[in-house]
Amino acid sequence: MSCLENHPWIPSLTRDQVEKILRVIGVGDVSELFNDIPASIKLTREQWDKLEIGFGKPISEIEAKKILHGKLSKNTTLKTPPFMGGGVYPHYVPPLVKYIISRGEFLTAYTPYQAEISQGLMQAIFEYQSLMAELLEMDVVNSSMYDWGSAAAEAVLMSLRVNKGRTKVILPANMNPYHRKVVESYTWPHGVKIVKVPFNRETGGVDVEELKKLVDEETAGVYLQYPNFFGVVEADAKAIGEVAHEKGALFITGVYPIALGLLKSPGELGADIAVGEGQPLGLGLNYGGPYLGIFATRFDMNLVRQMPGRIIGLAESHRGERGFAMILQTREQHIRREKATSNICTNEALMAIAAAVYLSMLGKNGLVKLAEINYYRAHYAWAKMRQAGLTVDLFKWDFFNEFPVSFNKQGVKYSFIHEKLLERGIHGGLYIGDQYPELGETALFAFTEMHFKEDIDLLVESLTEITRRG
Amino acid sequence: MRTYRQANWSEPLIFELGSPGRLGITLPELEDEVKRVVGGVKIPESIKRSKPLNLPELSEVEVTRHFTNLTQMAYGVDNGPVPLGSCTMKFNPRIAWDLSFNSGVDQLHPLQDERTVQGLLEVMYELQKWLANIVGMDACTLHPAAGAHGELTGVLVIRKYHELKGQLDKKKEIVIPDSAHGTNPASAAMAGFKVIEVPSGSDGNVDFEALKSVVGESTAGLMITNPNTLGLFEERILEIADLLHKYDALLYYDGANLNGIMGYARPGDMGFDIAHINIHKTFSSPHGGGGPGSGPICVKNRLVDREKGIYLSDLLPGYIVVYDEEKGIYRLKGPGPHSIGLLKSFFANTIPLLWAYVYIAIMGPQGLRKVTEHCVLITNYFAKLMNGVRGYDIPYGKGRFRKHEVVLSAKPMADEVGVTAEDVAKGLLDAGFYAPTIYFPLIVKEALMTEFTETETPENIERYVERLKEISKIAYENPSKPKEWPLNTSVGRLDIVKANHPKYVAPTWRVYVKRLKGELK
Repeated sequence: MSCLENHPWIPSLTRDQVEKILRVIGVGDVSELFNDIPASIKLTREQWDKLEIGFGKPISEIEAKKILHGKLSKNTTLKTPPFMGGGVYPHYVPPLVKYIISRGEFLTAYTPYQAEISQGLMQAIFEYQSLMAELLEMDVVNSSMYDWGSAAAEAVLMSLRVNKGRTKVILPANMNPYHRKVVESYTWPHGVKIVKVPFNRETGGVDVEELKKLVDEETAGVYLQYPNFFGVVEADAKAIGEVAHEKGALFITGVYPIALGLLKSPGELGADIAVGEGQPLGLGLNYGGPYLGIFATRFDMNLVRQMPGRIIGLAESHRGERGFAMILQTREQHIRREKATSNICTNEALMAIAAAVYLSMLGKNGLVKLAEINYYRAHYAWAKMRQAGLTVDLFKWDFFNEFPVSFNKQGVKYSFIHEKLLERGIHGGLYIGDQYPELGETALFAFTEMHFKEDIDLLVESLTEITRRG
Repeated sequence: MRTYRQANWSEPLIFELGSPGRLGITLPELEDEVKRVVGGVKIPESIKRSKPLNLPELSEVEVTRHFTNLTQMAYGVDNGPVPLGSCTMKFNPRIAWDLSFNSGVDQLHPLQDERTVQGLLEVMYELQKWLANIVGMDACTLHPAAGAHGELTGVLVIRKYHELKGQLDKKKEIVIPDSAHGTNPASAAMAGFKVIEVPSGSDGNVDFEALKSVVGESTAGLMITNPNTLGLFEERILEIADLLHKYDALLYYDGANLNGIMGYARPGDMGFDIAHINIHKTFSSPHGGGGPGSGPICVKNRLVDREKGIYLSDLLPGYIVVYDEEKGIYRLKGPGPHSIGLLKSFFANTIPLLWAYVYIAIMGPQGLRKVTEHCVLITNYFAKLMNGVRGYDIPYGKGRFRKHEVVLSAKPMADEVGVTAEDVAKGLLDAGFYAPTIYFPLIVKEALMTEFTETETPENIERYVERLKEISKIAYENPSKPKEWPLNTSVGRLDIVKANHPKYVAPTWRVYVKRLKGELK
């Protein structure tokens, strides 16, 4: 006799139902349905039940809640959101966003393979694509990739397909190193030559003169992140695109969507492919995911046909109604198999809808205002830190909401600063001295609408005290 | 039969709503001191935005109503059965929603100090262990974001294995059955391998003789699901494993169909070296209309290089939670020297993983075994009720019991009266049911690949069968009628050809407007 006689998630688990089903299918016991599993590998109930899976026995949801709350209470409560970015940021998550993506009709739906019964879902995804297209000023946006890193990797692979026969790709030294690692993993099997273009130590931006020396007829794509990993705005972005285009390479930009409230769009800068991270648009930090890989291109069929991922398009029914359908599917794995543009299937559709809801709330002026809050708060922190004698002017060019702070002058390791901040309930920036030894004891500090003046003052006061005491 | 009418709001596009000057959120005003200290925006003109954004302007009221209305024109497991084969669309319990969505994890940065996230890491560490035990493997990484992402990870591990053994120059092929998911060959190709397809026999198993003829020195690995996409257990899996291992090729387990064998057999015991797990299938995290998913990868501790002491687990990508016994804390271990690196920027899709943790905790091993028993019971109940229904057939493996899914074929109906699997699907929508996966697997003509899962009620199975019978009856009486379906959904059947036509295709509102204005080249 099993200890489970019914379960809320298995409606057929009652004695009557089991007996009825067994009678209809004509077997005496459920175990007969597993007779095709070789005996040497078939587990007995006793063998299975003693494996460490869950807590050894079924528990109630009340117990599960108690257990999980108990464990998660061991996470540290900080006084302010972490002053940390590096690709994902502690931004606000509006309750409306969470509410819409928690509605069962969206949350529990599958990829809309049956279009007519899924029009609302498809319209929401189409609206994500369309809102993102306006923000990026790019024509075609797919319904999502996993995150920025994987979107950047797919963009690089796409540039190699578009420029067939070319084998070189240029990545700047000031791009996000985590994204770079993803690009390396994705391109590794394809014999791609990844060339690093250095950044200008004075401005913090990609060195255009160095880039000119590296781009040639073998170059399939040139990637530019703006703001770059150091938060710097890349004032020469347009010129960098022109250098790429002169040799027929694709210009790929990686963007932080909120920064576009203040910065020129990839479309205006002449990008062929734009990628980025949708996490700042109401998704939360989520300790690594789910995030939202943004992927867009120009309306040029030579590019669109090589695009990875799912796309929802406008359609009409035979009765003449406006509708939505999955389009350009002959690029995808379920049709094209090994010749597909990517293997991606499950993506981050719900996160795309979350971003669409947030972009709809912010609208034309809200996004600009949000970008300004981010910009001002970070620049306030910068000015206060400078006043306090900290080294914040590593680069000449302006930044958006993130900048490096060096502790070389103070002669202390950043790990010491970090430790002392943590003792005060503050989580400081991201140490980047390991990735950029030339910068020494340097950390990247990020500021958003979640960091109020008093939070920033607390950080600066703490840093001042910690560095003075050495 | 109950009747069904889906909502039809003729909901405008978001760009057609709102009014200039409206805002959908309150944002904090900048503090005076902050404004004074900063002075103004000093971004260089060459990169500073010079024109306004073209985004709609809506109040929160309008945004809420718009998206609420859109949800009413969508359909998920919360509405009724979604028996998409190989998708395992089981019920998504709200307790797991609560404990993952409202866990505070939305405020945790993936790069923050490990000591500040000990609770979460403990949970993830336990989940790694539970998953390893469920599939009979030695080590797992939670890093990949979806099933196909896990596949790519797994095939890259196979590539690295052969590279480290110095045999990559000859190990160039991945063998895949013709019944496999499209992601398998696509993943193998992305990892730089040539795909060799092997046929299935009439018993539904991989044709073993055909397999023997293609496996050899150039074989790097085999990707296979078990049970396969026909819902049948590969009976010769142990011989298959021996054959592959004889040539030092690795066996990759596509975990899409794990629901069919949990508690009865484990990929690790079958001889698989690498397995991915679909958290959003087997472990109840929701599909979200296409994602997020989560696709952990687990491996056997197979030796790669004895001298250097390298094991298969050293090749895994991403971040693995380890327990530091000396310090008594959990740590996040990044990619080591032999790892294939990172496949996404940061740790993992933590929210679906927390969902799975809650699900497994509540089920326990006993519950998970019941999950499998009941998904198999439900599948065979459905197959039995469909047996002999005019117009449908169940090809391959005649007389064999199915596991998690069964593939019907509407070929008889299509041949006799021209009513296709697609028409049948639309007829199901009209009755308020979601349709099975159609035209897949490719080896079945007019396929209706059906997987109800253990969370479906026998009453709904009976209603579904009644509707399939009714569709057949209508098809044979009036074969033109099904071509008009669906009638009860928010729109009628869509013109897919037109939607893809170069003169019409509109992947965004921006393209649509540009075309209207004659601005498209």
